[in-house]
Amino acid sequence: MVPMKRLAPLAVACACMVTAAHAADMTVGFSQIGSESGWRAAETSVTRSEAAKRGITLKFADAQQKQENQIKAIRSFVAQGVDAILLAPVVATGWESVLKEAREAEIPVVLLDRTIDADKSLYLTAVTSDTVHEGRVAGEWLAGTVGDKPCRVVELQGTVGSSPAINRKKGFDEIVAKHDNITVVRSQTGDFTRTKGKEVMESFLKAEDGGRSICALYAHNDDMAVGAIQAIKEAGLKPGSDILVVSIDAVPDIFMAMANGEANATVELTPNMAGPAFEALVAFKETGKEPPKWIQTESRLYTRDDDPRRVYEEKKGMGY
Amino acid sequence: MMPGTATRALAGALPRFSVLALILLASWLAFPGYFDVTVNDGRLYGSLIDVLNRGAPVAILAIGMTLVIATGGVDLSVGAVMAVSGAVAATLIADGQPLAVALAAALGAGVLCGLWNGILVAVLDIQPIVATLILMVTGRGIAQLVTEGAIVTFVDESLIFIGSGAVAGMPMPVVIAAVLAAAAVLLVRRTALGMFIEAIGVNRRASVQAGLNVRVVLIAVYVASGFCAALAGVIVAADIRGADANNAGLWLELDAILAVVLGGASLLGGRFSILMSIVGALIIQAMNTGILISGFPPEFNLILKAAIVVVILVLQSPQAGRIAAAIAARTGITRRR
Repeated sequence: MVPMKRLAPLAVACACMVTAAHAADMTVGFSQIGSESGWRAAETSVTRSEAAKRGITLKFADAQQKQENQIKAIRSFVAQGVDAILLAPVVATGWESVLKEAREAEIPVVLLDRTIDADKSLYLTAVTSDTVHEGRVAGEWLAGTVGDKPCRVVELQGTVGSSPAINRKKGFDEIVAKHDNITVVRSQTGDFTRTKGKEVMESFLKAEDGGRSICALYAHNDDMAVGAIQAIKEAGLKPGSDILVVSIDAVPDIFMAMANGEANATVELTPNMAGPAFEALVAFKETGKEPPKWIQTESRLYTRDDDPRRVYEEKKGMGY
Repeated sequence: MMPGTATRALAGALPRFSVLALILLASWLAFPGYFDVTVNDGRLYGSLIDVLNRGAPVAILAIGMTLVIATGGVDLSVGAVMAVSGAVAATLIADGQPLAVALAAALGAGVLCGLWNGILVAVLDIQPIVATLILMVTGRGIAQLVTEGAIVTFVDESLIFIGSGAVAGMPMPVVIAAVLAAAAVLLVRRTALGMFIEAIGVNRRASVQAGLNVRVVLIAVYVASGFCAALAGVIVAADIRGADANNAGLWLELDAILAVVLGGASLLGGRFSILMSIVGALIIQAMNTGILISGFPPEFNLILKAAIVVVILVLQSPQAGRIAAAIAARTGITRRR
């Protein structure tokens, strides 16, 4: 006997071939977490424009950081009979029953930018960035830039215990371990915010001989780096030359800092998670080809050579 | 002031100052350069200045919070009001409005928030913790609406000066906090206002019977708290040259309440001291700066802070003093002398 689980995608595929669905007639429901950061606002606006570009009708639901609202939104998408659901899950657990309802209705679910602790058969695929890889890209840039010279690095961590903070530290540490000339001398949390980034950097500068013994700053996100850059300037040093600055996320303001010569590099956490998700969905609907369970987005490195002023203008229009 | 009250006030201040001194000393042991203050670019520069500068927003919040707590209330909305005023100031200044307009609007928004809280508490008789909880939740939403979810940045030097400028070498936030504190102390101690506030905190019904216009005084203290929060919000936004509606002032209401409690005020109302609350705020910041400069892994931050707060509160507890004395007497420590 063939279990129903394996038949379900097949049935969806057959149904699609009969009606020959195109992206143009697809309706996709998108359950977004809420507006917690500029990055998330950009993700929402990019998702809308990616849908519009493909002629996909997007039904948007803002969950205001509450899982119960996301569950309600998914149920209502199922009731409306959408063709697919995009879900940016606010937490990792508690999704089984509502995703089973979607599966029974033969509606594929794609996870955006975060994963969940649930059976992999409950969703079609997850489109996320590899945050450990992001840390590695930042580390490799630093290792390549300082070469053989000794380099004392200070690190601004994200919120203690959050998965991006843990992983971005892990990836960076992997690269540092391979280079004896680079050492992380101080590491503190800046809670992913500008205010704390500035305050913690002020204490780093005092503890490290007024900042003169610091060669580079690694920040787990751009906002902390922007705060730290101000602290470095107020201490009478030049960020970007006296102290190298590398961070992660690629929000518009760090490109402004790069254009002003105050930051050196950033690793992009792309807000375009929906593009690859739509591509996978269209391919799945048209040919029945199941995508891999994890689609990794590109963690692109931007430096001052990438025309930061132009990228700033581009990013500014993305709703950050 | 009678000499008796002055000595009593001094005796009350002593434990707070010794706690502050102890924390500074411990930080100095962890980092020998802690007390170094140099002049850098025409401004004072050093860890002690950081304690004052970073402690200024919470100290300003604590001024308003002291008055509210003295009436037996509490204002949970101050963190959210900071986010609102920062968002208003940043949005207007980024829009090209002059500093005066942006400041007036931001502080006006804080006063309005305080008025709302005051009316809920004084006129509608809603429990302060619930009444201000409403604005704590919605305030951040309002701030997000103003900034449209993004961090609104600005380059206006006059507004930035409020956050990171310096007057005679002292960081601007410290100057603002000092001026505000002096004005507040004069206002409540040189007039009968302080007595009115304490009277309401001790017994509201008796205050009404005594002919005090309790409603007006209550509304006034919540307005004062809203104003202080708005000022702190402008400083925090000016400091980072941007309004971060999601994070500005987040959890600072708890720091402000802690500062007031460390300052020796009772959450049940009555006795209060603005200056001691400010010392409380400095104790909190000295702790934060000390932890940052000590080089401990960040996982220890919260545990360390909690441990220090517990120690301070136990030191301040008269009951703990009595128990310690009893234990000392029983084990013969005192008799050995």
